[in-house]
Amino acid sequence: MSTLAAPRVTAAVVDYGLGNLFSVRQACEHAGMEVVVTACGDAMATLRRLDLVHVLRDIAVSDKPLIGICLGIQLLMSESHEFGVHRGLGVIEGGVVRLAAARQGARDIKVPQVQWNRIFRPNDGRPPGDPWAATPLAGVADGQFMYFAHSYHVQPTDPAVTVSVSRYGDVEFCSALRRRNVFASQFHPERSGMPGLQVYRNIARAVTRGRGESAA
Amino acid sequence: MAVSDRERHEGASTLNVRVIPRLDIKGPNLVKGIHFEGLRVLGRPEDFARRYYEDGADELVYMDVVASLYGRNSLLDIVERTSKEVFIPLTVGGGLRSPDDIRRVLRAGADKVAINTAAIARPELIREASRAFGSSTIVVSIEAIRRPDGTYEAYVDYGRQSTDVDAIEWAKRAVDLGAGELLVTSIEQDGTGRGLDLELTRAIAAAVPIPVIAAGGAGRVAHVSDVIARGAADAVCVASLLHYHYARQAPFDAGNFQHEGNVEHLRRRAGFGNVEEATLADIKEHLLAQGIGCRRPETQSLTAVERA
Repeated sequence: MSTLAAPRVTAAVVDYGLGNLFSVRQACEHAGMEVVVTACGDAMATLRRLDLVHVLRDIAVSDKPLIGICLGIQLLMSESHEFGVHRGLGVIEGGVVRLAAARQGARDIKVPQVQWNRIFRPNDGRPPGDPWAATPLAGVADGQFMYFAHSYHVQPTDPAVTVSVSRYGDVEFCSALRRRNVFASQFHPERSGMPGLQVYRNIARAVTRGRGESAA
Repeated sequence: MAVSDRERHEGASTLNVRVIPRLDIKGPNLVKGIHFEGLRVLGRPEDFARRYYEDGADELVYMDVVASLYGRNSLLDIVERTSKEVFIPLTVGGGLRSPDDIRRVLRAGADKVAINTAAIARPELIREASRAFGSSTIVVSIEAIRRPDGTYEAYVDYGRQSTDVDAIEWAKRAVDLGAGELLVTSIEQDGTGRGLDLELTRAIAAAVPIPVIAAGGAGRVAHVSDVIARGAADAVCVASLLHYHYARQAPFDAGNFQHEGNVEHLRRRAGFGNVEEATLADIKEHLLAQGIGCRRPETQSLTAVERA
C-alpha cells in the first residue's frame, strides 16, 4: 500500500460528536487528502447547534463532493425513525427504518448488525455497463465485503440513487447511495481494509478533479 | 463468461461471524498468560496487529492488562500507531474509567471501547458512554469464573477481583444500559487451549439480543466453530492460537522488548503444548467447511483496483 501521489486536497470532516473521526482521518490521509475536522450528542441537534445544517445542504446542491458514512447516510435522508420521528437533512428523499431481527437457520439475525457483509450492484434492470464505474465504488468487486455496524437502514424514495444493496436476513437494503456530488454508505469504508481504502482514493481523485460528478 | 459474484453468492448466509485476534498488552508488549497469569512476552502489539490485518482479521481487540490496577496510558501511543496502518475495527479496553477516558482512546484511533471494572463499579457509565459515543462504540467486557453451583460470577481487574455479580444478570443489565456488544471471557479457559466455555457463551447469548463475542480458550480451529455452532457466539476472539505461530516466525531481538517481561519463552522459540497453531486463513477455511459464514481472507484483495 502506498499513499497516492496526488496534489494535496482538503476534506472537511464534520464532527457531530458520534462516530470515529480518527479512522476517517487516517483513511483520508492514506488516500492523499488533508483533513480539517470542523468543530465537535444527538447528531441532528448538534448539527443545528453548530449551524451546520445549512452548510451541508448548500454543499449538497453545489459541485463539491459530500460524503456520508454510517449515521451520515441516515442524516442525509428527509426523515428518520431512530429515537422517534426526526427530520433529517433532507438532502435525499426517503426514510430510515430499523433492521428486522429474525432467525436464519439455527442462528439469530441480531440487531445491530455488527459484521462484514457483502455489497452488490443493484439488480433492477438498469442499462448494461458497470454502475459503479463513475462512483466512489469504482474498482470494487461486486459482492465485496465491507464492515457494517448499524441498527437502521435508509430507504430512498427514488430507487435510482441506490448504488449498492446488501442483504441481512430476509431484508435487502440500500447500503450506498449517490446523487450527483453526494455519496453515502451505511458501511464504514475506513474500516473495511483495502477495498474500503479504494473508496477513499476514488473520493480523493474526485476532489482533485474539483468536481463530484465523476470519481473514477 | 463466468458466474457472476452475485449469482455465486445468491442464497449464501447473510450472517458472517467475525474472527477477532485479541492482543493483551502490558506496557509496550504483547503478552499472553494462562488464566490471566504468568504473562509471557510475545512481541510488539503493532507488529502482530499489522500482520493479522493483512491476513484477514475481521477486527482486533487490544486489552491493556495492567491499566485497571496502575492507571498507565502508554496504550494510547500503541493505539495511534496501529490505527495509521490497520484499517479494520479496533476495540480497546483496560482501565477506562470515565467518558473522558473513553474519548481519549477513541481520539487515539480506537473504533470501540471495552469496559469492565469501571462499569461494574458504576453501571451508569455504560448509559453515559453509549449516549455520548453511540451504543455501537460500547462493548461491555464480562470476565467470568464458574461457581461451584454452576452459575457464573463476573470478575474485575483482569481476573484478580471477584464481585458477587452474576455474569448472566449483569449481561442483561448491560444491554438495558446501552451496551452495543458483549465480550465474554472465561477466565478458567483463557490461555489453556482447551476450548471456549460453550455453556457460559450460550447462556449469555440466549439472554441478550445484541452480538456476543466469545473469548478465552481457543486452542484449535474446531474450538472456534464449536463456540459458534454450540455456544451461539456471533464472533470469536483468538489469541494463543495465532500468537505463538507468529511470534516464532518473527525475528527475535530481546532489545525490542523494553521494560519488564518474561521473554525466555520467545528466546527458546517455543510453541505451546495445548495449542494447535493456526493462521487466520486456516480458521476461516475451517468455518466455511463447517457451513459457517465468514469473510474469506482473499476478498481482502481487489479484482480491479488499479483499473480506475
